Amino acid sequence: MAKTSNTEAHRAAENAARQSYGKLVAFLAARNRDVASAEDALAEAFAAALAQWPVTGTPNNPEAWLLTAARRKLIDAARRRKAGAAAEPHLSLLTDELAAAAEDAMSIPDRRLALMFACAHPAIDEAIRAPLILQTILGLDAAAIGSAFLVSPASMGQRLVRAKTKIKQAGIAFKIPEAEELADRLEPVLDAVYAAFSEGWTDADGTESKRRNLAEEAIWLGQLLVTLLPDEPEVLGLLSLMLHAEARRPARRDVHGDYVPLSEQDPAAWTLPLVQQAEALLHGASTKRRLGRYQLQAAVQSVHAARRITGKIDWVAIDGLYEALHLLTGSPVVAINRAVAIGEVHGSEAGLSALPSPETATLLLQYQPYWAARARLLSAAGQPHEAIEAYDIAIGLEPDPAVRRFLQRKRQALRH
Amino acid sequence: MQYMLMIYADPAGFARLKPEEVERAMGGYFAYNDALKAAKVYVAGERLKSTSTASTVKVTEGKTKVQDGPFAESKEELGGYYIIDVPDLDAALKWAAKCPGAHHGSVEVRAIWPSESTAKLDYRK
Repeated sequence: MAKTSNTEAHRAAENAARQSYGKLVAFLAARNRDVASAEDALAEAFAAALAQWPVTGTPNNPEAWLLTAARRKLIDAARRRKAGAAAEPHLSLLTDELAAAAEDAMSIPDRRLALMFACAHPAIDEAIRAPLILQTILGLDAAAIGSAFLVSPASMGQRLVRAKTKIKQAGIAFKIPEAEELADRLEPVLDAVYAAFSEGWTDADGTESKRRNLAEEAIWLGQLLVTLLPDEPEVLGLLSLMLHAEARRPARRDVHGDYVPLSEQDPAAWTLPLVQQAEALLHGASTKRRLGRYQLQAAVQSVHAARRITGKIDWVAIDGLYEALHLLTGSPVVAINRAVAIGEVHGSEAGLSALPSPETATLLLQYQPYWAARARLLSAAGQPHEAIEAYDIAIGLEPDPAVRRFLQRKRQALRH
Repeated sequence: MQYMLMIYADPAGFARLKPEEVERAMGGYFAYNDALKAAKVYVAGERLKSTSTASTVKVTEGKTKVQDGPFAESKEELGGYYIIDVPDLDAALKWAAKCPGAHHGSVEVRAIWPSESTAKLDYRK
């Protein structure tokens, strides 16, 4: 009996954490921008919940309970830091403010969006923005984030602390940018969420569950952003893009665990409800008539998804979308994808000459998809020797054994 | 919050300007000063003489060592500063972008620790 209620309390606490963690951090930290103190107070509140709820039962309003508990811890901590009368006006203000909000948990203002804008502020190092959002909004610890981003937990912990200190000390405000700045400031927020998704997505084998979870967390954040900013087409585009990719998770490995490229996947293995959601989001975005990077990327995925109905890939449409993306971003990665599309539409010679030159972007020399695309185009152009060389380099750069095996098979086939 | 805007620029660039260009550049700074004051965010601001006037002082074990030149040698040198009082970093960054120094050089934006008196004012806000 006690054991059951214990699990129930655990589940209630976990559920509250999922729904409320970011909201409570954002609310507790909004006034003085002290994210670290808010997180510490909330951690203590969750520990208290796990100790008390199995005994007293889960409160009717777990969010309000957690806020009240965290508020007490925060005031205790502030009192310890600022001993003496000088602290009193500050403390009484803090108490009044928090008490007013705790009276009715439904009135806890949702400042998660403002917190995300602070985490992805241009003054914050780009590489730490995604980890910071995962920690402050979802409560993931430095060890989990570190393992997902292939960084040691200690070093990830230090970088997170440094970023939070910057938010507090440099005076980065928790606010949603004005309309005229919104698009510019939204981009790094979306990039951070997509970076988290990509980290989770690269674990194709799904063997490392922490990384796989990261893709799910990123989708959750994408859904949250859609709820908070339903009229921003790029927000809809990002979620659409992530859902299209997620829908294909079951199809990208065959029964032997081998890599299956998108064009050879069985559409019947795609998760249809996710494809449909992705399509509906993209359609919703298109009605806003403000095109952007994520919408275009989602549109490319939508063309691929149409194969489940038409039975073929519309490369002309994909070529057009990549052309627009390339005009918008100038990214060499986009140029590689576009070269493959051009190869399909206008022949492999045209594709080869459309490939970006590594002389202008030397990082391409270490980028597996560049060599794989080159090998594919060379092989189609009837240059097997050059294709084998390119496959060799691609194989050498690929960390995923399943993809490596796939590339090795392609390379073997050229020997005959 | 108070922020210091530190203007770093290559003095050689300024030396190359024609007299009318110098006048225009100075005019830009005068207009910027006026704008800061009109917005009631101005606290202080000065132009520094060249680093050829710089001496760097360090006291170790009671011994004062004076060295000719700036703390760090670089092509771009600290040529002036402003102290402004604005609500947050975003506001400070916007003012920095309007500073003529951001166009002929770079502006480093640094938050200033509140002194005890300003900290008390903060509680009442």
